[in-house]
Amino acid sequence: MSGLRILVPIKRVIDYAVKPRVNRAQTAVETASVKHSMNPFDELSIEEAVRLRERKVPVSEILAWTAGPAKAQDILRTAMAMGADRSIHVVTDEKDASSQLEPLGVAKLLQQVVQSEKTDLVILGKQSIDDDACQTGQMLAGLLGWSQATQASKVDVEGDMVTVTREVDGGVETLKAKLPMVITTDLRLNEPRYASLPNIMKAKKKPLEKKTLKDYEGDFSARLKTVKVTEPPPRKGGVKVEDVDGMISKLKELGAL
Amino acid sequence: MFSAARQSVLRQARTQLRRTQPTTIPQSSALSRLLSTLAVLEQREGKLNVSSLAAVTAGGKLGGSVIGFVAGSGGKAVAEEAAKVQGLEKIIYVDNAAYDKGLPENYAPLLVENIKKGGFTHILAGHSAFGKNLMPRIAALLDSQQISDIIAIEGEDTFVRPIYAGNAIMTVQSTDNTKIITVRGTAFPPPATEGGSATVEEGVDPKAECPTEWVSENLAKSDRPDLGSAEKVVSGGRGLKSKEEFDRLMPPLADALGAAIGASRAAVDSGFADNSLQVGQTGKNVAPQLYLCAGISGAIQHLAGMKDSKVIAAINKDPDAPIFQVADVGLVGDLFDKVPELTEKLKSQ
Repeated sequence: MSGLRILVPIKRVIDYAVKPRVNRAQTAVETASVKHSMNPFDELSIEEAVRLRERKVPVSEILAWTAGPAKAQDILRTAMAMGADRSIHVVTDEKDASSQLEPLGVAKLLQQVVQSEKTDLVILGKQSIDDDACQTGQMLAGLLGWSQATQASKVDVEGDMVTVTREVDGGVETLKAKLPMVITTDLRLNEPRYASLPNIMKAKKKPLEKKTLKDYEGDFSARLKTVKVTEPPPRKGGVKVEDVDGMISKLKELGAL
Repeated sequence: MFSAARQSVLRQARTQLRRTQPTTIPQSSALSRLLSTLAVLEQREGKLNVSSLAAVTAGGKLGGSVIGFVAGSGGKAVAEEAAKVQGLEKIIYVDNAAYDKGLPENYAPLLVENIKKGGFTHILAGHSAFGKNLMPRIAALLDSQQISDIIAIEGEDTFVRPIYAGNAIMTVQSTDNTKIITVRGTAFPPPATEGGSATVEEGVDPKAECPTEWVSENLAKSDRPDLGSAEKVVSGGRGLKSKEEFDRLMPPLADALGAAIGASRAAVDSGFADNSLQVGQTGKNVAPQLYLCAGISGAIQHLAGMKDSKVIAAINKDPDAPIFQVADVGLVGDLFDKVPELTEKLKSQ
């Protein structure tokens, strides 16, 4: 077998450290002039793909892929600075409702990417921190009929066998499957590297192919209509107590003890 | 005359449901009677997982009949146990050891066959590791856009869910024929597990091949209440400084209260506590009567997992820590003094 062809789909999201605000019209979260970055779980995916290569697993290519507005190009450059070989950007128009993608639409796009790029392994984040859906990887595996290992905290590749330890309620479980397969990453999988300046410069020369939704076949339009987006109900401000006795009596007063 | 008209409405609606092409279901009161929900229940070693029953509660709120589904070896025994759960009309079971580990590669085709046979309009499961892993695969096979981790139901096609780590609440309306949904357990308390009288029926088993092999598992053993459903939770963060201190201070406090133990991501990443104890956006969501935390600053990702708790109490030495903005009771002080003192005083009561 020639080297693995790894596909790493990534997403541009509001930076995890930013507290999101709901817009005035209550239609969405305010995204204009808010710091964005690569979804943290996707950094883990890129890192894992690069580490597989560094661990001498034969990897012939790491392809980073995203669908998103023009600015999403930045995260593809970051991915290439971390070690991805090339990338594809499906440019969508933020203002055009028909190009608003949901996990099912993304999974259908990725199904076609996998087929045209002859991918052996897809590594995705377990969830994006904006929509918190946790769906795309599983949907893709279902559409392809491939094995899936979600919430991976350890990945070993030997020949065409992959052993994955995944985080489940109450502990971990280990699965074994043959390539091709889909893996989604969990926080404990690795510690993503920072892109060094020389690598950032090199990434500027790596190929970045631009596409649009029209380059893919099918209907990717949204099935869910957003009725409204609101702020969660605020918690009532509490009190500070002086000492442990004060805490116990206050908890009793509130009926918590 | 009048009833004939009503029947034709029903027939029309039924025909629409049977179509395989995606069509928009019209809002019609006649339709609500056809609504039927499949609640996918989890089992572990032949025992029903009670926390997965939130799907039954949520199904009940939809208004139609609620049918339970279990699969695995001893499926019939689990089905008989589940038949006592209130709110279930029927349990469909499949008795086959191939489904014991809930691997989506064969579990998804199994469910799809049973969904097609039963003509269900809504498929619900808990937003647990099992539900998160399995349901999107089913949604893809049925060409439906799943709705994850709902916290409320506003109508048969309209659901409420948190996004951005709970910093925004979104209401969505689904245009899919079959609605695939995972529910947040803390938002739908499980029904009584006694007193129900559901019928039990064997489901279809397509016996799909599973290309994935389950090798082993390593689950944290604990006699304490389950974190996801505990009445009280005590949780520790980076402020505990080491695993030794975490183990010295938190378990006695938990025992004094009869509480489950949780941890912040910082504590888990630093190796103070097991991964499965993590509370937050990427860990567990909890909503106990009392959430008592020590040495946790209160980052938004952590708050996402616990801010629906009834009462939040916090001990932190930094008076400006964000946790105090959500805490009902806050104590500024060194946790290495305050936690043992609190443990002693609670024990002596």
